[in-house]
Amino acid sequence: MPRKRFDLRFPPRQAAKPVIYHLVKDYDLTPNILRAQIEPGQQGRMLLELTGRKEAFADGLAFLEREGLTVSEAAADICLDDEKCVVCGLCTAVCKPQALYLDDDFALKFDKDKCVYCEACVIACPRRAITLRF
Amino acid sequence: MAKSWEEINSRIAAGEAVVVTAEEFSGMAAADGLESAAKKVDVVTTGTFGPMCSSGVFLNFGHSDPPIKMQTITLNDVPASGGLAAVDTYLGITEPSLTRGIEYGGAHVVEDLIRGRAVRLKAIGPGTDCYPRTEIDTWVTLDDLNQAYFFNPRNAYQNYAVAVNSSDRTLYTYLGPLLPRYANATYCSAGALSPLLNDPTYRTIGVGTRCFVAGAAGYVAWEGTQHNPNQVRDEAGVPMAPSGTIAVIADLKQASPEFFAAATFTKYGVSAYVGIGIPIPVLDEEIARTLALTDADLTATIFDYGVDRRSRPSPGRVTYAQLRTGEIEVDGRKVPVGPISSLPAARRIASELKRWIAEERFSLTQPLQLLPQPGTQSFKPLEIRTEEAI
Repeated sequence: MPRKRFDLRFPPRQAAKPVIYHLVKDYDLTPNILRAQIEPGQQGRMLLELTGRKEAFADGLAFLEREGLTVSEAAADICLDDEKCVVCGLCTAVCKPQALYLDDDFALKFDKDKCVYCEACVIACPRRAITLRF
Repeated sequence: MAKSWEEINSRIAAGEAVVVTAEEFSGMAAADGLESAAKKVDVVTTGTFGPMCSSGVFLNFGHSDPPIKMQTITLNDVPASGGLAAVDTYLGITEPSLTRGIEYGGAHVVEDLIRGRAVRLKAIGPGTDCYPRTEIDTWVTLDDLNQAYFFNPRNAYQNYAVAVNSSDRTLYTYLGPLLPRYANATYCSAGALSPLLNDPTYRTIGVGTRCFVAGAAGYVAWEGTQHNPNQVRDEAGVPMAPSGTIAVIADLKQASPEFFAAATFTKYGVSAYVGIGIPIPVLDEEIARTLALTDADLTATIFDYGVDRRSRPSPGRVTYAQLRTGEIEVDGRKVPVGPISSLPAARRIASELKRWIAEERFSLTQPLQLLPQPGTQSFKPLEIRTEEAI
């Protein structure tokens, strides 16, 4: 089943609506909230991973937009500064989904699809070579 | 088949020496047999690139006019020692900045200097008859300094701990963040490439050994602090936990940012990755045997950092080959593990040192004095006493 990541923006007054519930109940989509910052009275933001049937995506997203949310394909990304990185590998030790890993030659690799944007690597990197764009 | 230091050095001088890295040597020994590899190869190079907190630089700024006796000294807001002669200082790499804390420290100043960047020097002096100036605020680069050299009291640890955390909270350590309930592990050694693991009883590495320090040609100056030759050893005589260390000296002006990198360990402090490489002469089959050891033959001890005592309990031992797979077993649990010491950089250092010897005819030096040997000294703890108890 297709899986996609979306960047959702909630208008200030919309924060209380249970949109995630409706995505599950009405559109049979499986949501995985990767990051969320939603507070009453403020514009909220959520990085949401959705798994479901192809047709359900379009309907689910149309529903979100009807509810006043702005939806775009997620642009969040982990950025690795190769100039700073010394390839020590410490980031791989704190990356629970193993999105960051060392290959057979001990070169550092990043599998974006596995990343859950927890920022553990950002905090761990002794060279401050990793930043998160969200 | 014994070869002497003189023979090996004359082959280096003639450009005829056979030099390989420790990884290449173990490959040759496995393919052609130890005897054949030992006969063929003159020098084996090693390398390591991990955080080494006990590092720092001596600097001499030259005299201003009128001159000053610098007592309170900062470089880019990082305090340096005022306890030496007027314009000499020692800057320890773990010293945090007064304004930016551990995000910028002594190591970052050293990296900036190596990168050719200007660094702000501020100092205050008492004002004496011979040093009348009481304040100075200026900018210096590495080129401006009369002398600038590393003196690292403890580098290239012979083996190191594998860290885990049995407690309920994340611990922020010099081995990186340790996740609660054994959720991860970290380790810090170049394993089979590590200098002192290739010469486990310090036969060839001693005071006066010429070596690679952060891209510069330097020397082993002394035993390193906390040098502990009496650590538990395996059948091959290789320590299975942190043991020997070396103090090194080298010209900062010859250092390269490729082999020295400042580091900040979150909620711990400042450190620096220092590249160390040491050439080991293949004198006889005995040394060849340890040079041929692979990650599968080398053992590290796991320590539980969740117990905050000097002597941490150990939930077991693992080989470097197991560590390299990215997963180890601790107390029957599968634990993901990651390194802190860069294997690609260690390989580059061993290769670069190989090039120095083969192409630039970098000769080897026999130790002027051996490091303290196994059985000779103990590693003492610090006891907390009152004056009355003395």
